[in-house]
Amino acid sequence: MSATAEHHHGITTTDAESHHYAALGVEHLKLAFWIFLGSDCFFFGSLIGMYMSYRGKSLVGPYPLDVFDVNITSISTFILLMSSFTMVLAVLGAKTGRRGMCLTFLLVTAACGASFVGFQIYEFNHFFHEGLTLQGNLFGSSFYTLTGFHGTHVAIGVLWLLLQAVWYTQGWIRGDEGLMVEVTGLYWHFVDIVWIVIFTIIYLLEYT
Amino acid sequence: MATDVQVQTGTEVHHEEDNSLWSWITTVDHKRIGKLYLVSAFLFFLFGGIEALLVRAQLTVPNAGFLSAQTYNELFTMHATTMIFLGVMPLSAAFFNFLIPLQIGARDVVFPRLNAFSYWVFLFGAIFIQLPFVLNLVPGLFDAPVVPDGGWFGYANQTSAKFSVGLSIDFWMIGLQIIGLASLAASFNFITTILNLRAPGMSLFRVPVFTWMAMVVNFLLAMSLPMITIGLVLLMFDRNYGTNFYSPERGGDPLLWQHLFWLFGHPEVYILILPAMGIVSEVLPTVSKKPLFGAPFVIFSGILIGFIGFGVWSHHMFTVGLGPVADAAFSITTMIIAVPTAVKIFNWLATMWGGRIVFNTAALFSISFVGLFTIGGLSGVMHASPPVDLQHQDSYFVVAHFHYVLFGGAIFGLFSGIYFYWPKMFGVMLDERMGKASWLIMFIGMNLTFFPMHFLGAQGMPRRYYTYDPGLNWELWNLVATIGAFILALGVLITTIAMIRGLLGQGEKAPADPWDGATLEWSLPTPVPHFNFQTVPTVHSDRPFWDEKHEGGPPVSQGKINEDPHKHVEMPPPSFWPIIAAFCVGMTITGFMLGGGGGEFNGGNFLNQVIFQGVFAIALLVSLLMWIKEDPTPR
Ligand code: HEM
Ligand SMILES: [Cu+2]
Repeated sequence: MSATAEHHHGITTTDAESHHYAALGVEHLKLAFWIFLGSDCFFFGSLIGMYMSYRGKSLVGPYPLDVFDVNITSISTFILLMSSFTMVLAVLGAKTGRRGMCLTFLLVTAACGASFVGFQIYEFNHFFHEGLTLQGNLFGSSFYTLTGFHGTHVAIGVLWLLLQAVWYTQGWIRGDEGLMVEVTGLYWHFVDIVWIVIFTIIYLLEYT
Repeated sequence: MATDVQVQTGTEVHHEEDNSLWSWITTVDHKRIGKLYLVSAFLFFLFGGIEALLVRAQLTVPNAGFLSAQTYNELFTMHATTMIFLGVMPLSAAFFNFLIPLQIGARDVVFPRLNAFSYWVFLFGAIFIQLPFVLNLVPGLFDAPVVPDGGWFGYANQTSAKFSVGLSIDFWMIGLQIIGLASLAASFNFITTILNLRAPGMSLFRVPVFTWMAMVVNFLLAMSLPMITIGLVLLMFDRNYGTNFYSPERGGDPLLWQHLFWLFGHPEVYILILPAMGIVSEVLPTVSKKPLFGAPFVIFSGILIGFIGFGVWSHHMFTVGLGPVADAAFSITTMIIAVPTAVKIFNWLATMWGGRIVFNTAALFSISFVGLFTIGGLSGVMHASPPVDLQHQDSYFVVAHFHYVLFGGAIFGLFSGIYFYWPKMFGVMLDERMGKASWLIMFIGMNLTFFPMHFLGAQGMPRRYYTYDPGLNWELWNLVATIGAFILALGVLITTIAMIRGLLGQGEKAPADPWDGATLEWSLPTPVPHFNFQTVPTVHSDRPFWDEKHEGGPPVSQGKINEDPHKHVEMPPPSFWPIIAAFCVGMTITGFMLGGGGGEFNGGNFLNQVIFQGVFAIALLVSLLMWIKEDPTPR
């Protein structure tokens, strides 16, 4: 445990010694998460590409306009969009140390997400009874796969928001609490934006 | 908890490591994870090699009866799958893990536990995909083939439940999804590490070339793996639940698979070669005692290759008949991508030009890399031309092409890296005489095996046929190729023995800087202490350690510290949540094996699948929560 005196230069604790030192100036977690989102774009991109290339190629019905009820889907879309707004408020609360505000809006956002998933389950169920199945035709296969993949994202997001609320109140998160909430927010906004694209190409395009 | 005992005397740090099994299972140290990758990948590489030898043995003479057609299909499928996903990619990951933090002056990767998680998921997937060989040994267990037999690119609708009965394709498609997940998680980790943990003063253009190539590769992984994963998911839905994505009789299109596969598949070939190029770009300047000629060009051409790599995929599909416009476009992009590739070759040549080259084993592998890779690149440009490719496609000419780039390229580069970095990794030198013998035999064997395949291909010998008739003029070169393959195997065996001796600690003790290196990793003592750098270095140039040694530059190290570094440096503690979480993830994905319905939806099987997956998903959730709770980051 001894060092000779010549080698003693004292302990120079530079900024770089800190766990939070980030050469790029973006926090580690956020940067990694952005890259994840970039990667996730390619997941959705592949599915959307698949959907587009199979659009109108079903050999048998039901076809999109036989089953769609754009009013209902518009409502759930609206709810999801609004939840992006409440998510911003949750992040704001976390960043400014207003814990009550953060917690409230985390829960509100989760509730919006859950109702979106609820709408989707309702819709799937409805379509299924109209005869649109995963196996029946190409539209069914591609529709359920794409929207199901997105719905899974939302469901995971809801779970995450709820857990976030728990560990936020329990103080599990070390370091920058606001950062974690912010990253949750990034995910949530991403899932929202992707839905706008999906909603446009699956639903709106049918009415043009 | 594993403890490292650090005793510091003078400038030397004696490192008494805890080597218990538990300490390896719970390790989050990037150097150890790198070693785990190296050893496991090398074992899989040997395994893939044995499969190749069996394939070659069958082709030695016309109408040989050594292997059945089915076994032959299984062997070439598993050979390629093993070599690509379990050999070359994780060997590259071994170097990413070991080298990136050392080259950029960091103590570890940004998310050490995620890094361990990636390794364990990889191992799970690797074992999973090899499992069919074991199952095959149990007689009468399955009535249909279980070993994947659809080729490494598993073309639809050959892989459909109708044409591939049994579990063989299931093992392949689910195993690849698991392995892909490991690479994805690792890519987020490495990119963030490189961007964020660079030591003060290390601007992006002072980042060593190997680490640069690692960054490009990890971006490629992050962007291309999703596409094959979706392709595999759609295949899985077709096979398990009776969807119609790839079944033409119900409106689906098998070409969708080809697009998704090659959209991944072409970036993938750069994922395989760029790490080797990075290694060669470190080795050649060092052994030539010169800086890398035009280093920014090497870096930029690497980035460019990464970008263009996403725009050439349909050169694998010229024979599909995509039409003249598409064919012309992809032909042009393919020829363009050869330009940055050639730039690198000239940079390496210019680096060696006029240098006093030290011909050690690492140098020999790197130098021959340049030549062999060029041959493979040239045949690549040849089949960039659609009319030419119509002749080459699915012939041995293509096999010759990609073995020159993959064996002469990727493997030679990686072997060069093994000889070059082994001293730093394991603290002993690999035997140079064995190394040189191994290189010479591999070089001869490699050319004997793969060069004749150009002739065979030009004479029309198709790939993936389990046998051929006499009298087609293919006898001679097939015989030569098989002899070459066994010579090649001998060369690999010698390196394997050298590595085993090295692992057992036999051989000359390695000095800290055996090759007179230029970058930060060589400034560290060997073995590298747990925390790498006592104090985070400050970087003043792109060759900081060289400048310190030879150009009177400022020291990279901020000096040593006067007390037990453990009191001063806080390192992440070991954790077993990564391996637990990896197991749960692997099992959750494995659950899809239960849901199969032979191309139709089967409610009972689906229920089993959901229950199985539910159990492991909950276990996963719990382990992730524990993981978060355990977070060692200081408050
Ligand atoms: C100069 C750069 C390159 C060009 C222009 C090029 C071009 C091509 C073309 C056009 C094909 C399709 C041939 C066919 O199937 O008919 C092909 C196949 C292939 N190339 Fe390359 N290539 C290049 C470099 C590489 C590199 C660096 C690697 C890997 C390290 C690679 C690995 C492969 C593989 C594995 C295949 C065959 C895939 C299969 O069919 O199983 N190529 N290449
Ligand atoms: Cu290609």
